[in-house]
Amino acid sequence: MYAWHFTEMPYPHLPPLETLSTMRVSLASKHYDPRLGADLYNRYFDEYMIADDLGLNLLLNEHHQTATCIDVAAPLSAAILARQTRKGRICILGNPIANRGDPIRIAEEMAMIDCISRGRLDVGFVRGVPYEIFAANTNPTQTVERLWEGIDLVAKAWTSTEGPFNFEGRFTHKRAINLWPRPYQTPHPAIWLTGSSDLDNIKRAAARGFVFATFLQPHAKVKWMFDGYRSAFRDTGLPGGGGTAYMPLVFTADSDAEAEAGAKELTWYLDAKSEPQYRNPPGYVTVDFNVQALKGAFSGRSEAMRKQSIEFLKDQGVLIYGKPDDVAQQIKRLYDLVGGFDHLLMMQQAGYMSHERTVKSMTLFAKEVYPQIIDLPRTKPLNIAAAE
Amino acid sequence: MTIATTDRRRIELAGIDIELALHGQGRPLLLLSSEEQLEQDLPLITDLARRHQVIVPSAPGFGRSDRPDWISNPDDIAYLYLELLDKLDLSGIAAVGFSLGGWIATEMATKSPTAFSKLALVSAYGIKFGGPYDVDIQDIWTSHPDKVTAWKWHDANKGKRDFLSMDDEALGVVARNTESFARFCWDPYMHNPKLKRRLHRIKAPTLVIWGENDGLTSPVYGKAYADLIPGARFESIAAAGHYPHVEQPDAFGKILHPFLD
Repeated sequence: MYAWHFTEMPYPHLPPLETLSTMRVSLASKHYDPRLGADLYNRYFDEYMIADDLGLNLLLNEHHQTATCIDVAAPLSAAILARQTRKGRICILGNPIANRGDPIRIAEEMAMIDCISRGRLDVGFVRGVPYEIFAANTNPTQTVERLWEGIDLVAKAWTSTEGPFNFEGRFTHKRAINLWPRPYQTPHPAIWLTGSSDLDNIKRAAARGFVFATFLQPHAKVKWMFDGYRSAFRDTGLPGGGGTAYMPLVFTADSDAEAEAGAKELTWYLDAKSEPQYRNPPGYVTVDFNVQALKGAFSGRSEAMRKQSIEFLKDQGVLIYGKPDDVAQQIKRLYDLVGGFDHLLMMQQAGYMSHERTVKSMTLFAKEVYPQIIDLPRTKPLNIAAAE
Repeated sequence: MTIATTDRRRIELAGIDIELALHGQGRPLLLLSSEEQLEQDLPLITDLARRHQVIVPSAPGFGRSDRPDWISNPDDIAYLYLELLDKLDLSGIAAVGFSLGGWIATEMATKSPTAFSKLALVSAYGIKFGGPYDVDIQDIWTSHPDKVTAWKWHDANKGKRDFLSMDDEALGVVARNTESFARFCWDPYMHNPKLKRRLHRIKAPTLVIWGENDGLTSPVYGKAYADLIPGARFESIAAAGHYPHVEQPDAFGKILHPFLD
């Protein structure tokens, strides 16, 4: 089991949330104080460096026009960590390739970071959550097609070492593609892909040997997706794959009271507000989902976990908190419930959680929890399990 | 009120399976629906069907028409509908287009100036007049749904649709229409940058009709649209928003029917 430290780099110093209609897309930037922002950036990088010293791996992401995440360029953050850390793997989860619109630039950036870090980079790709559509102005009805055209082009660019080629696809036209540098790792860094319900996409990721990652979902749904991923090997006849990754909120403490207090601070992330038009842009989900939405039965994916108690979230495996042995036990339970997984992606900081509290939690995790779970076996494709 | 004769059929255009409704008999009239296809059950169709054979196609991705990936904007749909006229052996017919349908009708008239003998455009999109910072057409996709409703309707009650009373197939059409509208009109937003420079090619007598309270595309926008079409007449309707034919059907009929006769 690989454990990863993660913060979305939130900017929590906002007016009372009940006075705001949204924290995303259209929240005026007068609410952002650059001096506080400077402190936050430096603090979050300090925490990643401490995580590296503690033996954790380092997970980054990016969002745009939102107070929930001021990391607007994950490659910049990854480049800083590539130079300032020594041990941990660095994963961007992920590059919003459908929204950025220049796959070759992403391929170059990733190759450069892979070289600076001497091969410690994993490269994730994301389709992008619904509210990202607006900042990028990407057509919401074709992000899946853009995602796959982009990923395949990046992989081709990384592995074409004999000189230039041209590409005239549906969304990208490029001539004389010829990467300098090429990636440090051969043939290229591991590729990760995220998903939250689209089984076809999950199976495509499996068929290409990508790591499949999902975030903050009830354990039954995680199992459904991981089963889909693992069974895809049976369907495609592939021998094995990248593995699976799951992100819960994680807080480790030396008392139950402190654990509950920290857990409640982490749920700030789940309470992030947005206006309805940003949650489900037209065509982002299928017609069938939108039929349910018209009946009032579906209001966007991020809504399902809002305003739930920490006990409910704990039972679902979305929020893991407690003393070290309790945290280890919850992770093992989750591991069993979802049929095993390979990467524990831990959102260990959110909202107003202080530097001291964050560092204490991640230190307890690294020293007292990680040894208890690190030897959990890597998961296997269902077809291999069936054959045994 | 019932429509006398309705022939619903499917037709293949450029390899795409398209649904088509033909109402009534008489001189052919092409009716191009708005993005919400609100026109399909209006008494207006019955009125028109008394004197016309009203031809109502569903654009790719709308209603129950297929939507292949290569159709990407109203320009493509305009070529498809010109092929429809060829297949039905029609030219020099009347056309009425509502909102997105008005934009498509305008595209057709610039590409084939002899296609239409008369052209009525109702709250049509398709043109950008202002500079990069000017909002010619309100952004329905970044605005709160309540605000969009207020822009669209003079009387919001007339725009209420009871989704809970609709079956899944009808809701599927609503969802497809919403999705396809975004597919074709997201970027450039609700306009074809080339179209403004092509409007002078329109030869058919043209009537442009607008709701005085249209908040999506103001009557000022509508008047500017009409001014770029040679000889076009502009009419506005009081106490009506983006769908004047739904909100004020009588006033709308009094303007449209004499123009077509």
